[in-house]
Amino acid sequence: MDKKFPPTVHLALTLAWFLVALHMIFLYAPEEMTMGEVQRIFYIHVPSAWTALTGFIIIFFASLVYLRKKSRLADQVAHATAEVGFIFCTGVLITGPLWAKPVWGIWWTWDARLTLTFLLWLLYIAYLMLRSYLINPGRAANLCAVVGVIGFIDVIIDYMAIRWWRTQHPQPVILGGPGSGIDPRMLATLLVSWGAFLCLFFYLLRQRLALGQAQSELREMRRNLALASSEN
Amino acid sequence: MRSLEVLWIIFRKDLRVEWRNRETLVSMCVFGVLIVFLFNFGLQLAPTEMLLSLPVVLWAGFAFAGVLGFNRAFASERENSCLEGMTLAPIDPSAIFAGKLLANLFFLAVAEVVMVFIAALWYNFSFLPSLGQFVLIAFWGTLGYAALGTIFGAIAANTRMREVMLTVLQFPVAFWILMLAMDATAQAFRGNPNGDATAGVLRVAGVSIVFTVASLLLFEYVLEE
Repeated sequence: MDKKFPPTVHLALTLAWFLVALHMIFLYAPEEMTMGEVQRIFYIHVPSAWTALTGFIIIFFASLVYLRKKSRLADQVAHATAEVGFIFCTGVLITGPLWAKPVWGIWWTWDARLTLTFLLWLLYIAYLMLRSYLINPGRAANLCAVVGVIGFIDVIIDYMAIRWWRTQHPQPVILGGPGSGIDPRMLATLLVSWGAFLCLFFYLLRQRLALGQAQSELREMRRNLALASSEN
Repeated sequence: MRSLEVLWIIFRKDLRVEWRNRETLVSMCVFGVLIVFLFNFGLQLAPTEMLLSLPVVLWAGFAFAGVLGFNRAFASERENSCLEGMTLAPIDPSAIFAGKLLANLFFLAVAEVVMVFIAALWYNFSFLPSLGQFVLIAFWGTLGYAALGTIFGAIAANTRMREVMLTVLQFPVAFWILMLAMDATAQAFRGNPNGDATAGVLRVAGVSIVFTVASLLLFEYVLEE
């Protein structure tokens, strides 16, 4: 894949895509009726959230693949995704309060989706902490995969439980019920922006993956060297 | 049949170990009573407000006392490589899980009874009118919570700073079990005029069953080398 689609091209594509997204966010999308200019953070906030959630879905499937096939690659994908997804999830938690303060008048409330995002963030932290605290790295892949699967079940349960809980967040505007929906220009901006975020996400992911593979190769070489020198 | 036998043997072994050193159960009960005491003393509440705080205090107590117990459950198995011994034995990993879960459930249940008794005393609150519902909620909530605690305890036993790791794993995942159980408990205590209490119990039970089954199925990978 590196030959067909080198990382530099990927990076250039990401930058170009972000320029287009920024143009659309500030110049193309119409101003929102009640919230005004501040609503434009929507095009950063929602794509980050979707990307963070996509990240955990990837962790779940990579963990399942690892548990079934014991593929090293699947484990490395899960690990890299956790690190990158964590950054996007942090982004959601930073842009959310920035938007909430002028619109709702408060920085934070224990509303359903805020709770869900915060729990997702905690799950990312737990997953990454587990990775770095394990005594025997040989067992890391198995244990992290188990946490990846249970964590994703928790995300699904969050989705259901928040419907049973009190909520203040706007009802879904995308694919919501009848009466929901947004200006087509807003929708286009949102989707282009999400595309830019996904492009960045996959760029960071492949770079982190390459780093992880280089690390494990280096470990292998060191082990072989140590074996060779002990034989002499 | 064989699995049930293994389950029973592991459960009895844990009880016997506990009977000989009396470490886990005593610390769980003392810690739970301390939590009830701190909240009861700190929040001097009117009787109407008390109904709001009591479910939270009880479930916070159950949750923290539980974590203490789950930490011990697998930490003790690592000493003298007991866990390796069990893993090498030709038995089903899910039977090991079920045995440990049963022991955790039993210890937490004892601690819960102590906490409820103390809370009834200090809060001057009678559990009797809603006892049936409360027992159901407590059973289902504790089952799911203990199942997660058992598998995460086994995972955390492989790490440095095992106590920290267990809490970091346990609370985000068990969050909804605790929240739904608190909510259902509050409804049961209030005597819920709408008659919606069974829905609360069913939610707790549903979430708990999902986590228990998932933990049971995934446990073999935790033991795998």
